[in-house]
Amino acid sequence: MFSVLTDNWPLFRDGFWLTIRLFLVSGVLSLIIGTVLGAFRVSPVPALRGFGTGYVNILRNTPLTLVFAFLFFGAAKMDLALPNPFWTAVGALTIYTSAFVCEVVRSGVNTIAPGQSEAARAVGMSFFQVLTIVVLPQAFRAIIPPLMSVLIALLKNTTIAAGFSVVEAGSIPAAMSERGENQLVTLLWITIGFLILIVPLIFLQRWAERRTAVA
Amino acid sequence: MSAVLYETPGPRAKLRNRISNVVVLLVLLGAIAWLIHRMYAFGQFEGRLWRQFQYSSIQRQMLEGLLNTLKAAGLAAVLAMLFGAVFAAARISDHKWVRTPATLIVELFRAVPLLILMFYFYFGNIQFGLGLSPFWAVVFGLTLYNGSVLAEIFRAGIAAVPKGQREAAYALGLRKNQVVRMVLLPQAISAMLPAIVSQLVVLLKDTALGFIITYGELLYVAKQMGGRLTYGFPYIPTYIVTAVIYIGLCSLLSLLARYLEGRSRRRRKITGAPPPLPLANDPSEGAPV
Repeated sequence: MFSVLTDNWPLFRDGFWLTIRLFLVSGVLSLIIGTVLGAFRVSPVPALRGFGTGYVNILRNTPLTLVFAFLFFGAAKMDLALPNPFWTAVGALTIYTSAFVCEVVRSGVNTIAPGQSEAARAVGMSFFQVLTIVVLPQAFRAIIPPLMSVLIALLKNTTIAAGFSVVEAGSIPAAMSERGENQLVTLLWITIGFLILIVPLIFLQRWAERRTAVA
Repeated sequence: MSAVLYETPGPRAKLRNRISNVVVLLVLLGAIAWLIHRMYAFGQFEGRLWRQFQYSSIQRQMLEGLLNTLKAAGLAAVLAMLFGAVFAAARISDHKWVRTPATLIVELFRAVPLLILMFYFYFGNIQFGLGLSPFWAVVFGLTLYNGSVLAEIFRAGIAAVPKGQREAAYALGLRKNQVVRMVLLPQAISAMLPAIVSQLVVLLKDTALGFIITYGELLYVAKQMGGRLTYGFPYIPTYIVTAVIYIGLCSLLSLLARYLEGRSRRRRKITGAPPPLPLANDPSEGAPV
């Protein structure tokens, strides 16, 4: 049981390290792009709103595997391919996840009663004061817990990159299969690895939920 | 426009918004034109690349892929509902020895990546020669993950029925089984329906993972079609067609979920039924994917 892990330690270590890197890089990028898209969706400019809505509706109804396939096989046909498999995987995960981040941000902003910002404007606050002093602190409360779910889903989704020759944790079973190792034990270790990564996130989410719950 | 962030625009703001609108439209049109030009420049509109779609044998192949997708999604949906119902019942049990293991199992399957769940059946089959085709690996993987999410939806749906309903039913002398079956479930189901349907959208999308474990579903067929040298590797045309099919199917289900949500909202106003649960595909409220 342990020998499967110790004999192939470099494979497991590198695999999970790549998973973590995929998660961190595409997590940060999706947060940035998703927030910008969310801002589009609440903007007073109809064209920006339309773009945001279209983006979200298309991406949310597309399988992530298809986004991966398009970037890995399709984009090269137009000479738009990203430099290497790692960045291509980051691209696919970011394109997909930012649609979900966008929705979280939009509905977070929409949970605030308009009276809040009307009152803030009535006392003479500028747009940025209303945003940073009144709107965002309250919106965070509604944004953080679902945002954590989105990030947990992102971490789990990184495994899909294994189907596209990115050697992250999800690709360990195929490599171990070639080495003739015990598959079930391999999968058990991978499951444990993912639990080690995900359980803290779940607890962090529960904690944030309690922290931000309305007293 | 969000009333939270922006005031009702006055004449100057209206003008500014109108100008920005035109600018943004021009930028978007420019981007689309650039993309189309790019596709044109790399010969993606050549008839050769699109010819495959005319042949009835290839059309049949795509149809078969689509049917395989729907078959896996349909069977997994039914099994996941059963799994969800059983585990939801276990989770609301009064006996701790039933409740605790059920909770653990549901939480475990929700935390493990779906692809890894499918790998258990796929590689387990290779190692032990269980005779399971990739189809079953996809179905069982989807069942375990979505079943666990559905169990959570069912549990939350029953918990959302106002407490008075249960207390009144017990006061009338109904048994536990009767309270759940005759009082709680009928009210909970209408509140759960939108969330269930939108979880089915997630399930349908996730059948595309079958591509990775060589199940011949729509995306797998698309990869084969795209890889044909005779037609000049038409990856882009096939993926465009595939995306339209997936987006169409999922959008229809999403629309159904929104419709059901609207209906149960309206009904709530009249009868005071429990509010609809958050949609699963809507990360703003529930857990996505």
